[in-house]
Amino acid sequence: MSDIFEFTPENFKRFQEILHCYPRKQAAMLPTLYLAQQQQGCITPEVEQYVAQLLEVSLVDVREVLTFYTLFFRRPMGHHHIRLCMSISCWIRGAGQIKENLTRILGVPSGEMTTDGNFSWEAVPDCLGACELAPMIQMDKDYYGPLTSNKITDILNDPSHSHNHKSTEQNTKETS
Amino acid sequence: MPIVKLVSEHFYNPEAKKLSWYRDQGGYANALKSIRDMKPQEIIDEVSKSNLRGLGGAGFPTGRKWTFVPRNTGKQVYLVVNADESEPGTFKDRYILEWDPHRLIEGIIICAYALDIHTAYIYVRGEYVRPTETLQNAIDEAYQGSVLGKQVLGQDFPLDIHVHRGAGAYICGEETGLLESLEGKKGWPRLKPPFPAIEGLFGHPTVINNVETLAHLPKIIANGSHWFAEIGCEHNGGTRLFALSGSVKKPGVHELPLGTPMHELIYEHGGGILNDKALKAVIPGGASAAVLACDESNISLDFDSCLKADSMLGSGAVIVMDEDVCMVKAAHNIMNFFAHESCGQCTPCREGTAWVHRILTRIVKGEGIPDDINALLDIANNMSGTSICALSDGAAMSFRSYVKKFTSEFEYHIRHGKCDIEQRLSN
Repeated sequence: MSDIFEFTPENFKRFQEILHCYPRKQAAMLPTLYLAQQQQGCITPEVEQYVAQLLEVSLVDVREVLTFYTLFFRRPMGHHHIRLCMSISCWIRGAGQIKENLTRILGVPSGEMTTDGNFSWEAVPDCLGACELAPMIQMDKDYYGPLTSNKITDILNDPSHSHNHKSTEQNTKETS
Repeated sequence: MPIVKLVSEHFYNPEAKKLSWYRDQGGYANALKSIRDMKPQEIIDEVSKSNLRGLGGAGFPTGRKWTFVPRNTGKQVYLVVNADESEPGTFKDRYILEWDPHRLIEGIIICAYALDIHTAYIYVRGEYVRPTETLQNAIDEAYQGSVLGKQVLGQDFPLDIHVHRGAGAYICGEETGLLESLEGKKGWPRLKPPFPAIEGLFGHPTVINNVETLAHLPKIIANGSHWFAEIGCEHNGGTRLFALSGSVKKPGVHELPLGTPMHELIYEHGGGILNDKALKAVIPGGASAAVLACDESNISLDFDSCLKADSMLGSGAVIVMDEDVCMVKAAHNIMNFFAHESCGQCTPCREGTAWVHRILTRIVKGEGIPDDINALLDIANNMSGTSICALSDGAAMSFRSYVKKFTSEFEYHIRHGKCDIEQRLSN
């Protein structure tokens, strides 16, 4: 990883488009951090420095945002990142069991990355907003549920496989 | 009660998110009617008379909220759409974003015209990546189809809509926390007054409305306030999307008139209790709402009846618990959430949620002490009415209800160091 971070020309163009949406530069903080995270994988101190300069704010303004929100990563995550919802509705439907399954299958505790770097995962206390799929996970952009031990194994074996790849829309159809 | 679909009629239809399909169904005709044929005040009056309530959680009358926006200050007014739905158990707005984004956009146009607004931001929770993509595609299509932009629907009315993605903080669903977040800061709620209607986003007058609230506007314009008010019950106009989850056979989003009995939702629309167990308790409006024990649970699903039952209809998230759910562990789960999501600004909330979580943790572990129950109730009192926003009040309302209504379960855990339900199930 190089010491200096800057946006690719393409992302810099995208950044300038983002700025047009707001009357103040600082308001572009979250979308700019997302863009940087997309490019770099996580928000390193170099990224913080760069974003502070771009938005003309102090470094601490970036740091306090970064540490306040849960969807920004300060260290590299796995190729696929999994969030297991532990909130009330998923808990009622057996999220605790799924947590045990994930720990066993991935071989690392919540908050960690597998040694091959393929998966990182976390059991999150906040509701992911898909309680009709309980118990459920979010892997990268998609929601998967209702989960069973078998389904978890299938999804992890082949997350990109279309017949296992259940978007919420397909699932909400099922549960309707 | 009859099935009335006002905002859910297009759910599960993959065509509905396309502009051409939506327009073929008469979509955007009511936005056009508003701009071309109605005066802004007429729209505000119609919405007031419709008894439309804020469907994010507070249930504040939408028309009245709009009248708080000062006129002719020379300052641009902003509309902020709250799509940060994060209250545990809530997933209804996601369905509108995923299945019917143009209905939301049409509602935004109507609201914007009524309040002379030319810039709207939609703040979507960060986890909703796919719904955000669907929404952005719909907005892009709306710009290309001259539904948005310098001349909305060919009329002399400009409107821009920007989508802003949140980043995983429950507190940003609180409207002033949301404004701070939208301004690029951590989502610490603001002291009020000034209220956002006077001094909101970037210091400008700002209206903040929930997704579902705005999605109701096209039909109110089409059919009139009287029609809408008649569908609901007194002071609660129209329908609501209830997000049903937990121990039910058919979890999902069910649109029902306000005033529908709770047990109709659970047993008819939700198919009854999972595995035909007995109903033990229901949360009527998201994790912040007080839990209702089975014998008090068949209330009318409207804002006022829920308040009378010392709970709240909140976000319309109905969470069902069957006889095998331990209420000590349920309270522990909910307080784990609140302790995690307290933003840390106010001491009673930051410390209170953490203490309660610690006490509940030790009770669940079998290490509770007899004084814990009194300590919990004491902390609940100190967390109520002592902080800037309502997170602390909601958390206190929630865990206090578990302790008070299911005291014997807490006592059993403390006295025996184990869970009575777990024991019953293992026998």
